[in-house]
Amino acid sequence: MNNPAFDLLMWARGPGFDIALVIFVGGIVLRLFEISILGRKRDLAPAKGNGFLQGLKTIFSRSVPREGLVKFAPVTYIGGYVFHIGFFVAFFFFAPHIALIDDAFGISWPAAGRVIIESVTALTVLALLALTYSRFTDPVRKSLTTFDDYLVLLLSALPLITGYVAVNKLFGDPTMMLAVHLLTVEALMIAFPFTKLMHAVSFVLSRYYNGSIQGRKGAES
Amino acid sequence: MTATLERGLNALREQIDAPVASFFTSCVSCGLCAEACLFYRETEDPQYTPIKKLDLMRRVWSREFTLLGRIGGWLGLTKPVTDADLTAWETLVYDSCTMCGRCTLVCPVGNDLTMMIRKMREGMSASGHGPVELIGAAQRHIDGNSAMGDLSKAIHAQVKNAVEAAGIPIEFDKPGVDYMVILSAQEIAEFPDVLSAMARIFKKADVTWTISNAAFEATNVGIQLGSRDIARTLVQRVVDAAESLGVKGVISPECGHAYQALRWEGPNLIGRAYNFEVIHIIELLDQLRAQGKLKTKGKNSRKLTFHDPCQINRRGGINKEPRRLMNMVAENFVETEDAGTMNWCCGGGGGVGANERAAPLRNIAFKRKKAQIDKVNPDAIVTMCAYCHHTLDNVLEEFNMEQEVLGLTELVAEYLDEDA
Repeated sequence: MNNPAFDLLMWARGPGFDIALVIFVGGIVLRLFEISILGRKRDLAPAKGNGFLQGLKTIFSRSVPREGLVKFAPVTYIGGYVFHIGFFVAFFFFAPHIALIDDAFGISWPAAGRVIIESVTALTVLALLALTYSRFTDPVRKSLTTFDDYLVLLLSALPLITGYVAVNKLFGDPTMMLAVHLLTVEALMIAFPFTKLMHAVSFVLSRYYNGSIQGRKGAES
Repeated sequence: MTATLERGLNALREQIDAPVASFFTSCVSCGLCAEACLFYRETEDPQYTPIKKLDLMRRVWSREFTLLGRIGGWLGLTKPVTDADLTAWETLVYDSCTMCGRCTLVCPVGNDLTMMIRKMREGMSASGHGPVELIGAAQRHIDGNSAMGDLSKAIHAQVKNAVEAAGIPIEFDKPGVDYMVILSAQEIAEFPDVLSAMARIFKKADVTWTISNAAFEATNVGIQLGSRDIARTLVQRVVDAAESLGVKGVISPECGHAYQALRWEGPNLIGRAYNFEVIHIIELLDQLRAQGKLKTKGKNSRKLTFHDPCQINRRGGINKEPRRLMNMVAENFVETEDAGTMNWCCGGGGGVGANERAAPLRNIAFKRKKAQIDKVNPDAIVTMCAYCHHTLDNVLEEFNMEQEVLGLTELVAEYLDEDA
């Protein structure tokens, strides 16, 4: 039987995924190596507070915005939260994804219902649209935006959109759409280490450094 | 490539460490740092977005410290930083940033943008890009004894006045005392009452102290200009004087960047820990209060508010100490919105106050602080940095505002209980 859609799906699930995974993991390791090789000099000033503990705390506490700031950049803040939480939910709580993880690692957890997943996916895409819009219209965002930012927005949106289309069989051949969905995920994985997507890993380091620098001085972070 | 450009880029490369690399890697260009910046907030000009001020440093990092950037460089896809770039960035790095540190506290990925500005200034100054006033002040201090020129006569005159006012002797170069006091040039020139205030408080608390003829000046323009060599030389003078006098500690005065320079950067600049402790005057007063050695009588009945100097609170960690002292002497102490860690800068820090070219922008940026003050409408503003004091005096006058500005040490001394 010669079914190009099926062949593509098989490739995307097999060699395609393997290639993407190698680049994803290898790339992240390379980027973390690039950062850590630079090192940091030991601080010789006697510490007033515990930099290590405050560094750890800041990794989490910086997820909450400073009081009164949300109103100055509501699209960035609210869009940012909806996107990050939505992407997480759609990725980790959709039953077929959990089944894949179960297959690969033998661990599983309860899935969210279809209605929840689909509403969340739609909201997440809307959040991405709002964030993209603000990059075109808001003077600060506009002045900072480079090609990388648009690429990252597009690469984040595609798996959500193609997944939604494939699950709901909105158009096209369902097998083909599933293959395309997988390919968009792989594109995201390949780009991850070399674009601003990398912040999803490196934020742990940067927040830690921020908290530890401030914490040593006994200052807030 | 010119020699100065090469020197500047080398200085910049030296500053790029793991924290800097993690910061640039994490930045997603969300622009939230702009909302924290007094220069952006008052002008709404996107060029004042803090992360944009660091773009040249980011480019050097990206081109030379990442694999992809290196490949891009070989293929000619990215341009190296030029002398013209540095010239274009000079005003962004020196005129529109007081290194106040608010952006560092709002960045969602935790970038310490302020530390990076401090680092970027190393590259700027090494390549010959820096405000003439800061370069001049650095030269004066290196050649003499103060950023304001020769203040040796002035300090002796002010000490003489203080001795007369307080009726307490103040000795120069006295070895073996508890503390060596250093002063901000601004205090010597403009706010010398702090000397008699300290004399009275320390006498009551049985704290012995002295002033060194060799190192009485606390300010360190090397920190503001971004020159480790100058900063190191100036810190070394204080360290040498303190160690030769054998004091237990050095009291860092009411001066923001002086505290940053001696307490936090100093040991790293000279490459070793000191043989003495560095304590900020307000930290010490609060300690004396806790030990029962500082007692006050009566309170100021006017409506007083407090201005937190960025380098002492947000970037120095001294937040509760001044408030405990304020509550000792103020009957009607009212905090402004955003007081404490997220207080707004007076606009004069980080060398901006000394930079004439920056004056119009500084006055615009002050409107943020003004709005904060206007809401509370106090009779007087108390602070713990002589340069904030100086800046506030000037801009309040510029804006026809009536408030008086007071130094916290002097205010505490005013209510010192002489009978206790």
